Amino acid sequence: MNHFVDFFLSPFSEFIFMRHALVACLALALGCAPVGMLLVLRRMSLMGDALSHAVLPGAALGFLVSGLSLYAMTIGGIIIGLAVALLAGAVARVTALREDASFAALYLISLAAGVLIISMRGTSVDLIHVLFGTILAVDDPALILVASIATITIFTMALIYRPLIVECFDPGFLRSVGGHGATMHFIFLALVVLNLVAGFTALGTLMAVGMLMLPAAAANFWAKQFWSASLAAAIIAMISSYSGLLLSFYMNFPSGPSIILIAGICYVFSVVFGKHGSLYSRHKAGGHLAG
Amino acid sequence: MHAITLNNLTLGYERHPAVHHLSGVFEPGSMTAVIGPNGSGKSTLLKGITGILRPLGGSIDRGGLKTSQIAYLPQMLEIDRSFPITVLDIVILGLWRDIGIFGGMKRDLWQRVEQALTTVGLEGFEARAISNLSGGQFQRVMFARMLLRDSPVVVLDEPFTSIDAQTTLDLFAVIQRWHIENRTIIAVLHDFDQVRAYFPQTLLLARDLVGWGATDQVLTEANLLLSRRMSEAWDESAAVCEENAA
Repeated sequence: MNHFVDFFLSPFSEFIFMRHALVACLALALGCAPVGMLLVLRRMSLMGDALSHAVLPGAALGFLVSGLSLYAMTIGGIIIGLAVALLAGAVARVTALREDASFAALYLISLAAGVLIISMRGTSVDLIHVLFGTILAVDDPALILVASIATITIFTMALIYRPLIVECFDPGFLRSVGGHGATMHFIFLALVVLNLVAGFTALGTLMAVGMLMLPAAAANFWAKQFWSASLAAAIIAMISSYSGLLLSFYMNFPSGPSIILIAGICYVFSVVFGKHGSLYSRHKAGGHLAG
Repeated sequence: MHAITLNNLTLGYERHPAVHHLSGVFEPGSMTAVIGPNGSGKSTLLKGITGILRPLGGSIDRGGLKTSQIAYLPQMLEIDRSFPITVLDIVILGLWRDIGIFGGMKRDLWQRVEQALTTVGLEGFEARAISNLSGGQFQRVMFARMLLRDSPVVVLDEPFTSIDAQTTLDLFAVIQRWHIENRTIIAVLHDFDQVRAYFPQTLLLARDLVGWGATDQVLTEANLLLSRRMSEAWDESAAVCEENAA
């Protein structure tokens, strides 16, 4: 019994960097859950992916200016991420190109620029750190940053919940009552960028989007309302964070991919065994109802 | 009350006119059917009136009414019918002017919501997910939401296409109630029997205006034939309209 508890708790009780990483991931899970849920519901899953690449050149610029500094890379990531989101939206609005295509174009440009910028000064180890994160990087300032972003996210979501949901399922109506649909859309994209930036210290820019999308995609199979699905997503993200950190600790795996892989396992499990619309529930459904 | 006045209005896409030099007035409290063949600019006209489309030429005077005060039911709904939301949550949105982004529901507002649901025959459907509704039931939801908007002007784009007879009858009762309450109603319709039965005024379009006035005078065989011939195809190499330049 003691061994059992030891196995699950001692990494966190003995090592401060594991505690830091765990708290950061739990905070990240809370903020990412509702944002990821909205991305899924708005069929913008791939846009989250695109934006995550858009954060990279910003982080890389910060790295170029001041090395592996949290503040420089964070601010760079936020600025470039928001710029790409704005630019992609603007291109879609002003020209005939659809938003997803303009996002894809801009993210490819950003990714190429980001990798080039890092290779100008850093080593390939640095590149790996930025792309996949390093758990040792989660120090006190990083922790405060992640917690602040999670707090801002949840407060903002609560504040603009109504127009955000309406913009999501009936943009035409929001326009017709003068509900500032474009503003809400941009605030939402800003939240996506913020959460991606929060994720990249621990998970890396490539893996951060996993924390947004995988728990949300899995939660879809467990709950039908937006709020309950968000809650389910947060729980799945927390379980993945904890198990992923354990996995990376004992197996000496990089933390980001470990956490995302566990989230991936949760997703596959949900696809097969989830309560709503999964393979199992569809197969089990059997005969039709009487009325 | 607000009259909607069209002054030499031209609306269209990529400089090609879909509604061409149209002038006239929707009087306050009038009930007008907009008819014409496919591609004659009916939906385009409604998009202009509701402010979604900017005029290529001329102007629309809404008599001081803001576009956000016009209740508009588009033909192609942008609504995602698979979204996890209930009938009640959608209908309540009709109270946007009262509750806005942050406001809460008060007791009298709940009563108005209940009344609207009863009017369209949806009592007991409050907790239903919209993904489980039939086409007719969903149109009733849309009407309930418009009822709550309490707008002086109601604009409907083919509200009864692919809707069954009973639902159409029930929802026409709602439209007639709006008419009695002296709201301005502008509706695109394809069924001439419905137009003759319910609409005192008719506007017959074929890109250019064919007729606008009392229904029995506009809805004539000669006019309908004329409108079919006038509704030409998109001309890729069309010259700049002379009237426009003048």
